[in-house]
Amino acid sequence: MNLLPYLVAVWLMGVGLYGIVTSRDLVHMVICLSVLQSSSYLVLLAIGYVDDAHAPVFADVPLGTRAVDPVVQALTLTDVVVGTTVTALLLALSVQAYKRYGKLDPQELRPERRLQRRD
Amino acid sequence: MSDRVRLSVFGASLAGLLGLVLWAFVGLPDFGDYRGPYGDILNRVAVPERSTTDVVTAVNFDYRAFDTLAEEFILFAAVIAVASILRTLRGERTRQPDDDAADRHVPETSLPIRVTGLGLVAPTILVGIYIVAHGHQTPGGGFQGGVILATALLLTYLSADYMTLRAVGPSRLIELAEGLGAAGFALIGVAGLVAGSAFFENVLGKGTPGDLLSAGTIPLSNAAVGLAVTGGFVFMLSEFLEQALTRRRDRRRGRGGRSTA
Repeated sequence: MNLLPYLVAVWLMGVGLYGIVTSRDLVHMVICLSVLQSSSYLVLLAIGYVDDAHAPVFADVPLGTRAVDPVVQALTLTDVVVGTTVTALLLALSVQAYKRYGKLDPQELRPERRLQRRD
Repeated sequence: MSDRVRLSVFGASLAGLLGLVLWAFVGLPDFGDYRGPYGDILNRVAVPERSTTDVVTAVNFDYRAFDTLAEEFILFAAVIAVASILRTLRGERTRQPDDDAADRHVPETSLPIRVTGLGLVAPTILVGIYIVAHGHQTPGGGFQGGVILATALLLTYLSADYMTLRAVGPSRLIELAEGLGAAGFALIGVAGLVAGSAFFENVLGKGTPGDLLSAGTIPLSNAAVGLAVTGGFVFMLSEFLEQALTRRRDRRRGRGGRSTA
C-alpha cells in the first residue's frame, strides 16, 4: 500500500511541532504553526484522491468522468483561509509583544520575567 | 524545567503522538482507493443540478454555503482582531520615541521595480476579476480571486510607497468593501428564506452549465466573498505596513519620534 502522502503529513506535523517547542522567535513560531497546519491540507487531499482521475471540474471533460472528491478540496480551501487569518492574527500579537517587551524570544517572555518588566 | 528536560519530555510525547497518528492513517483506505460516496455523488449531480462546471465551487457556495459563511466570518473576525490589536499600539507610540534602527539606510525603490510593479498592477487586477467571475466554471472563486486582487494593491505599495497605496485604496473604501462583501454573502443566504425556501437555497435561475451567467446565486456569492477577501487582506496589510511606515515617514521629515497621526 502507498503510505507516502500520510508519511509526509506526519513528518510535517512532527517538524512543525518541534519548531514550535524549540522556537526562539515568535515570528519563526508562527511560521512553524503554518508548517504544522499544512500537514492537514495534505491529509485532506490524500483522503479524497482517486487513482487516474480528473480534477472535479467538468468544463472540458465530459460529465461522468471519474474525478477526485470535491468535498475535501472545498474543506482544504476553508483550511487555507483559516490558516492565513490565524497567521495574520498571531503576527499582530507578535508585533504587540515586541512593542511592549522589546523581545521576540518566547523563552524570555515567560510570565515570571514579564511581571518584573512591567514596572 | 531546564531546556534539556523539556526537550526530552517533548521528544517522547512527539514520538508517541506521531506513532498513533501513523497507526490511524494505516487504517484508512489505500491512497488513491477512494470509497466515500459523497464525492462521487456530487461529481454526478452537481453539474445538472446547479449548472456549475466546477464542483468544488458548487460545494463551497451552494451545498456547504452555510459552512462557508462561518469561514467568511472567521476571516472577518480575524481582520477586526488584527485591527484592534494593532490599534491599541497607536496610543503607545508616543511612549517609545526612539527608532529601533536609526542608523539603517532606507534605499529608494529602484526604477526597474517601479516599472515592473506598476506594469503588473492592471494585469493582476484583470486576472483577479477573471478568477472571481469564472469561479463557477473553472477553478477559482471569491477567495482565490480576492487574494489576487489584494496582491494588485500590494504591488502599488511595492512599486510606489504607502501613501500611494492609501490614495489608490483609501481605508474607508477598503473597510466598506470588507463590510459590504461579508454582509452581501449573508444576505444571499437570507434571499433563500425570503423566497420561502431554506437558508442559502439557490433560488435564482440556473442557466446553461458553462455560461458566465449561470449557476444561480453562486457567481453572486463569489463576487461578495471576493469583495470581502480583497477588503480584508488589504486592510490587514495596511495595518501591518502602518506599523513600520509611520516611523519611516517621520524620519524622512527629520523627526525622531512617531506621531499619533
